[in-house]
Amino acid sequence: MSDDTAAHAQLRGVTRVYPGGVHAPPVHALGPLDLDIAPGEFFSVVGPSGCGKSTLLDVLAGLSPPTAGSIRFEGKPVAGAVPDGVGVVFQEDASFPWLTVHDNVAFGLRRAGMDTAETARRVDYAIGFMGLADFAAAYPAQLSGGMRQRVCIARTLVLRPRLILLDEPFGALDQQTRLLMGDELLRLWRETGATVLLITHALDEAAMLSDRVGVMSARPGCFIDLVETGWARERDSRIVSDPAFGAITARLWSSLRTESMKAIGRE
Amino acid sequence: MTRAGRIFWTRCAVIGGPVALLEAACRLRWISPLVIIPPSEMVAAMVSLLGTEEVLASVGQTFSTVAIAFVAAVVLGFVLGAVIHGLPRLRRAIDPLLASYYSVPFFVFYPLLVALFGLNALPLIAIGFIFALPAMLIATLLGLDRVPRVFRKVARMHRLGWARTATLVILPAALPNLFQGIKLALAYAFIGVIAGEFILSSGGLGYAIAYAYESFENRTMYGLMLFVLLSAIVTNGLLYAWEARQQRRRGRG
Repeated sequence: MSDDTAAHAQLRGVTRVYPGGVHAPPVHALGPLDLDIAPGEFFSVVGPSGCGKSTLLDVLAGLSPPTAGSIRFEGKPVAGAVPDGVGVVFQEDASFPWLTVHDNVAFGLRRAGMDTAETARRVDYAIGFMGLADFAAAYPAQLSGGMRQRVCIARTLVLRPRLILLDEPFGALDQQTRLLMGDELLRLWRETGATVLLITHALDEAAMLSDRVGVMSARPGCFIDLVETGWARERDSRIVSDPAFGAITARLWSSLRTESMKAIGRE
Repeated sequence: MTRAGRIFWTRCAVIGGPVALLEAACRLRWISPLVIIPPSEMVAAMVSLLGTEEVLASVGQTFSTVAIAFVAAVVLGFVLGAVIHGLPRLRRAIDPLLASYYSVPFFVFYPLLVALFGLNALPLIAIGFIFALPAMLIATLLGLDRVPRVFRKVARMHRLGWARTATLVILPAALPNLFQGIKLALAYAFIGVIAGEFILSSGGLGYAIAYAYESFENRTMYGLMLFVLLSAIVTNGLLYAWEARQQRRRGRG
């Protein structure tokens, strides 16, 4: 994408170096890295362990400042704070254990001062959308890991973000649940029209869900391949039986194999 | 019988069995009444003592001293814990001191506290406070340590300022540990104050028990001891019940 104004999110020369300590050298975690994500695109990032995938998400979300380079969301620079319109779902269980499912999902809307009726309407919709209607009064500890992750997705979804950043949200789930959660994510993406950036270590997940997959190198993470999947917008987990799915996954692995070996010190 | 019922009756047996045995041993004169009086007489003594103005004044004095020491320890322990948590270098420096804090016999400082504050309630408040403070401070540090980093990220995602992050995210997340600190602080404040009264005070329940002991007034001594014991158990039981309710709400009960 060459037209800067068309990008929903844009990174230019983004680098992140974590300062060292007394006995530790600085860690060059990311970049320099360029990326344009189009409005409504489902973009996934795969890469070897420790390549800076989560750092990329933190920097794009405004949770961590880049050491160099610039980030823009909807044309405005991202600096020091999460921009309005950006929602993040984290890898770890981030549901608040002291709140019910309903109150967890309503958390952001209440903080934003939204009126009670509208909050209730949006929360009920989000809870129903994520299949949690029967558990609105439950506490997170009474739910499975997958359900808790859905609570976190609902808490982000209810804010109606235009850019949803997901950091390995299904990493702790079993394969079957991940496939089903992937279907729910695709449904969410279609119905909201949001742009999605998904960080994942699962090549099949990236191949199944994405319009485009960025393959990152070992640290410092840079994109070494961008793979267009060519899937139709109306898709679900059944595409894993499509011959093209195998070809995409094979290409991702082909790009990633050497980098993964570097990451574990075999090369 | 339900599980809760079985636990209740087991608990009754664990407490009631030895009490019944002691009652029998005292009544059958296996134990001299000059050493221990029967538990039933302890209860009767406690009830009659609580009707006297003198004992009620001692109860008021002790409880108010404990309350002041406890509240001061909880408030200052929390504030200091929060400040120290935010200053890692200071924390590294004082961590070993905190770890060895309770090995110091603080009662040796009582004369110094009397010299500093005079012969009034302040030295006792200070002793209770000194005993209770680190329990709350350490619990605060542990509680803040255990707040998952991702919660702070969620707060930032919702664009909360530091005050709302602290009150809406950090504090509720740290609450289970803070509550442990509150329970311990109460127990330590109680121990510090009663023991202080025992040694060098001229008033309060600890002094009344010591005075009864020295005057061979067994009935008074055991009545007051039972009251102190029951007060500590009831207060801790109430805090335990409240904590269990909170934990159940979090689905961990």
